[in-house]
Order: sequence, then C-alpha cells, then structure tokens
Amino acid sequence: MESFPEHCGEGNDSMLSYEKHRDRLTVRLAGELDHERVGPIRAELDALIADPRVKHLVFDLTGVSFMDSSGIGLVIGRYKALARRGGRVSVAGATPRVDKIFSMAGLYSIIEKLA
Amino acid sequence: MRIKNEMRLDFPAAGKNESFARLVISAFILPLNPTLEELSDVKTAVSEAVTNAIVHGYEGGEGTVRLHATLFEDDLLRVDVIDAGRGIENIEMARTPFFTTCADDERSGMGFTVMESFMDAVQVTSKVGRGTTVRLEKRLRACEEQAARRA
Ligand SMILES: Nc1ncnc2c1ncn2[C@@H]1O[C@H](COP(=O)(O)OP(=O)(O)OP(=O)(O)O)[C@@H](O)[C@H]1O
Ligand SMILES: [Mg+2]
Repeated sequence: MESFPEHCGEGNDSMLSYEKHRDRLTVRLAGELDHERVGPIRAELDALIADPRVKHLVFDLTGVSFMDSSGIGLVIGRYKALARRGGRVSVAGATPRVDKIFSMAGLYSIIEKLA
Repeated sequence: MRIKNEMRLDFPAAGKNESFARLVISAFILPLNPTLEELSDVKTAVSEAVTNAIVHGYEGGEGTVRLHATLFEDDLLRVDVIDAGRGIENIEMARTPFFTTCADDERSGMGFTVMESFMDAVQVTSKVGRGTTVRLEKRLRACEEQAARRA
C-alpha cells in the first residue's frame, strides 16, 4: 500500500509521465531531448514542482534516445528551483551518452546519480 | 582531397528543424556504416550548432539555416552550419565552457564544449551583424576499419 503513487499523469504528447510519492516526484522523460522539446517539458515540470510539498525530484531518463546541452539546462534549472526550498534532484537511467554529457557539465557534483 | 559526396540544405530557423537536421545528417553518413557512437557524436554536434543558429543567431526570429555537408575521399566528414544572423562578438569567450548570453533562458553554455568533445575539430567564423559559420569535422573511423577488413 505504502508504495502506491498518490498521483499519476501523462503529458499531452506523452513525452513526460510522472509519479508523486510523498515529497518525491519522479518524472519519466522519453524521446529526443533537444531545445525544441525541452520547452514544453520545462513548462509542465514547473507546474508540477510548484507544489511546495515536492522536495525530491527524480528524472528517470531511461527512455531518452537523444539529448544535447538543452538537457543540461533543464536539469540545472530544476536543481536551482528545488535547492531554493532545501530540496534535491536525482537522475536515474541515464544512458552512457547522457552520462557523458552530464559528466562533461559537472552535473554530478550537484545532483545525485541513481543506478 | 577528392569529394565522395556533398549536400546542401536550407531550412527556416524553426525548432522543429533541429530534429530534421539530425535526421538529414544521419542519412548522409549512414551509407558509410558509421558506428552508433560516431553517428551519435555527429548528430549531437550538428544539433548543437543548428540550435545555436536558431536560438542565438536569429534569436528565435525568422531566418534561414544552411547545412552543408561534405564527405571527402579519406572519409573526413565536414559539416558547415551557417546562419546569417546576429554574429558573435567574442568567439573565444563564446567557446568557453559555461559561457552563455542566455542564462535566464536556462541555456547551460555547454554547446560548443559538447561539439568540441564529439568532433575532431570545430572552427567558428563570425561577423557581427552578418552571421556565423560553424565548421565541424570528424574522420569516420568505422570506414577505415571496414576497408582494412576488405583488404
Ligand atoms: N550561431 C550563433 N550566433 C550568435 N551567437 C552564437 C551562435 N552560436 C553561439 N553563440 C553565442 O555563443 C554562446 C555559447 O554557445 P553555446 O552553445 O556554447 O552555449 P549556449 O547555447 O548559450 O547554451 P547551451 O548550448 O548549453 O544550451 C551563446 O550563448 C551565444 O551567445
Ligand atoms: Mg548552444
């Protein structure tokens, strides 16, 4: 029972789906994460983390088939928002490609990498 | 150096053409049987340059982006991404990791760094008020290995 998500949702173009559990929001992103697609995702994400109860944001990137530096901006931006309220951000399911780009940007010094 | 293949493509500076440009450059090098790594490297670098042309060159407004790809006999791939936009004042500074003129727009300033790490060479020429050309070069090694196997 405990692990039952409180809310589930699906973005209009299903680039984003999420699961809220207590103070943790897990967001699954899929497809190609470029500048064009990051825009709508960012708007949707910001609406979700506007909920002050969210303290831990987890990006599940298992389904991301392409990412460029736009993805770095997306994650750093959300990190800043969460850090302001004493929250944190984690990343899960990063492919070796995504990993390489995040490492290049030193992202793992501010966000946690989950297996 | 002799040219194996070449292509030019002009498209409007619209976000949807970022993925289109990636598809086109993939299709251009696919006959060479690149490794997945090489394919991703080239796609990512082209995506960065095209996005910059749209976001910074034309600042989200109207304009034409040109993708000019050349494949040389020795399997050197050269891709020029050309815009006739705003231009870059200080190229050296622009190429510095984390330097961005759009911090509020959540750009990370890592685009050039990503291009440099995924390509063999990145050359930027720009003139303020006239536009920018980003030249990306990479030797496709997979072709070499194939040739070696055939020999
Ligand atoms: N085609 C261009 N025309 C004009 N200015 C450019 C162009 N390309 C890059 N720039 C300038 O160079 C800076 C650095 O570019 P870079 O791609 O490294 O970072 P960014 O685009 O700001 O952020 P990111 O790529 O990480 O989202 C830009 O902020 C911009 O000022
Ligand atoms: Mg950029």
